[in-house]
Amino acid sequence: MEYFLQQLINGLTLGSIYGLIAIGYTMVYGIIGMINFAHGDVFMVGSMTTFIVLLMLGVTGGSGPFIIVLALALVIAISMAVAATFNWAIERVAYRPLRGSFRLAPLISAIGMSIVLQEFVRIAQEGRAKPIQPIIIGKKILMTKVVGNQDFNVTLSYMQMIIILSTLVLMTVFTFIIQRTSLGRAQRACEQDTKMASLLGINVDRTISITFILGAVLAAFAGFMFFMYYNVTDFFVGFNAGIKAFTAAVLGGIGSIPGAMLGGLLIGFIEVMWSAYFSIEYKDVAAFTILVLVLIFMPQGLLGKPEVEKI
Amino acid sequence: MKKLVLAGLAISFAAALSVSSALADIAVATAGPITGSLAALGEQYKQGATMAVNDINKAGGVNGQMLKLEIGDDACDPKQATAVAQQFAQKGVTFVAGHLCSGSSIPASKVYAEAGILQITPASTNPKFTDEGDWNVARVCGRDDAQGLVAGNFLAKHFAGKKVAIIDDKSAYGKGLADATNAAMVAAGLKPAIVESINAGEKDYSALVSKLKDGGIDAVYMGGYHPEGALILKQLREQGSKAQMLSGDSMNNKEFWTIAGDAADGMIFTFAPEPRNAPEAKELVAKFKAAGYDPEGYTLNTYVAFQMYAQAAAATKSTDPKTLSTWLRAGNEMKTVLGPIKLDKKGDLVGAKYVWYVFHKGDYAEDDSIQ
Repeated sequence: MEYFLQQLINGLTLGSIYGLIAIGYTMVYGIIGMINFAHGDVFMVGSMTTFIVLLMLGVTGGSGPFIIVLALALVIAISMAVAATFNWAIERVAYRPLRGSFRLAPLISAIGMSIVLQEFVRIAQEGRAKPIQPIIIGKKILMTKVVGNQDFNVTLSYMQMIIILSTLVLMTVFTFIIQRTSLGRAQRACEQDTKMASLLGINVDRTISITFILGAVLAAFAGFMFFMYYNVTDFFVGFNAGIKAFTAAVLGGIGSIPGAMLGGLLIGFIEVMWSAYFSIEYKDVAAFTILVLVLIFMPQGLLGKPEVEKI
Repeated sequence: MKKLVLAGLAISFAAALSVSSALADIAVATAGPITGSLAALGEQYKQGATMAVNDINKAGGVNGQMLKLEIGDDACDPKQATAVAQQFAQKGVTFVAGHLCSGSSIPASKVYAEAGILQITPASTNPKFTDEGDWNVARVCGRDDAQGLVAGNFLAKHFAGKKVAIIDDKSAYGKGLADATNAAMVAAGLKPAIVESINAGEKDYSALVSKLKDGGIDAVYMGGYHPEGALILKQLREQGSKAQMLSGDSMNNKEFWTIAGDAADGMIFTFAPEPRNAPEAKELVAKFKAAGYDPEGYTLNTYVAFQMYAQAAAATKSTDPKTLSTWLRAGNEMKTVLGPIKLDKKGDLVGAKYVWYVFHKGDYAEDDSIQ
């Protein structure tokens, strides 16, 4: 029981980070029907920026709580701004010119952008792991049992709490934006028919740009949380996280924000539980097998809408 | 137009050929993870090789010819390592001090063997490198069967009746070392409680850590490189486990501490006796430090690889890789900054030793009290 609970906490935290990134994939797909493969690398840029700004500000775990909160707010803002600039520029340079062409062109372009971002950061930042000392420390001990001559404490760190809660909040906010605001209405209109939407006075280019910026803001937030939790990042973290988050988006039903969140949590949960009760070596095999099974029986994903062909 | 371009190409090729034959410099190289997560170790290679080539050239070169250093980046990736090896072959390199990761050194050695290039690795410890290697391989470090024996016996002695976990990262080095340690430990009468493999490059090892905690593990032996080892140790402490971590020679850099932070305190690993403490190395270490670099880890081993090359060339009055290799493996004693050394018939270092190091306050040091 204690063991299960601890692994559940591990899985929820990991899944929340996947979910945050997955929302970005799903939003872009929902509107222009393409997979922004560079999204995982925008997440990496977010975590890298967090590292750089934190070092510049020189905050440590020893600074007072007021200074820490202030500094972290600044760090989040700067990371979001940097990541948003990147994602906006990527869309402008690599995707918009290809919007009218055949479906695979923007996909290849996206893979190219992913490599460009990775190599840019690798060369600019030397490719070493970038560590800091933990800033938000402390944990709660939820339960205790005795294993052999040691205590097994079920720990929930403050960082884990922050990640899980903030993910839930952001998911709610973004679902609200899509469902209830005029921006969301414009996004949904573009999703259904870009040509008709532009005839009705919606600035399609602008709506798509804003979607990319929102996606990047989320990715940067995930990058920030990732760095604060693991206290280390490098140029390659975007690849792994991107693949997992993309899988999460597909599993949850691509195009659906609650679906992306659910998918992220599930992938994290499956990975951790497989590692917990079976061999860690095969955790990715397990996660992807389940993805395949779900897609065989529910091709639209868990919460996705079945695609209706309009005639 | 097309003909003109072709003719131009032909001329430039011919020019390039005549230039390279006119140059009397000998192309030598070092290769390792110059970028990527192990860049801290690659830096050691780069520093050691640059210093060695400068020193050799200042002393008049090798048989009167100057050395020209190429630096290859394999990012510790086997595929990239063979690509680098092929590039070296094309550039006419005759000697390589590299690579770092066993997983890179072994496939690259096949390319070097075919291209007629001599390879001395400063750090790859997997036994297969020389056991299955061709005529062209040698090393300036010990072997993992020896290293694993030291670690396995240590675990069996100090953790008898306790629970030990053996973790590897599936790499040629990490898995080889973990398996050797496991075998030695079992032979000495202690069975591991948990054996697991992880994916290198990930950041989340929380599931593994909870598993270790639930198993009541007293000691974790990590076969792998420092970025993963440091993260696992850090996450162990974060989840409140006090298990002792032990590992092998690739932890010999301060970056382990930068990643793990205070969690690294008391972590122990095996490595050859501190190269910087060798009496012959005193002057060189001072020179490195004056240049603003602390020659830790494999820096001096890389330097020694070049010294061996230069001495073999001087003794045989040749730069033919095959001749040099035969001389190196004939048991001739060489004077190096690590003291006099000898290689055996397979190219392994004779009398390689492993001792324990401990991390404390941001640095690591040899500790004779750990036996």
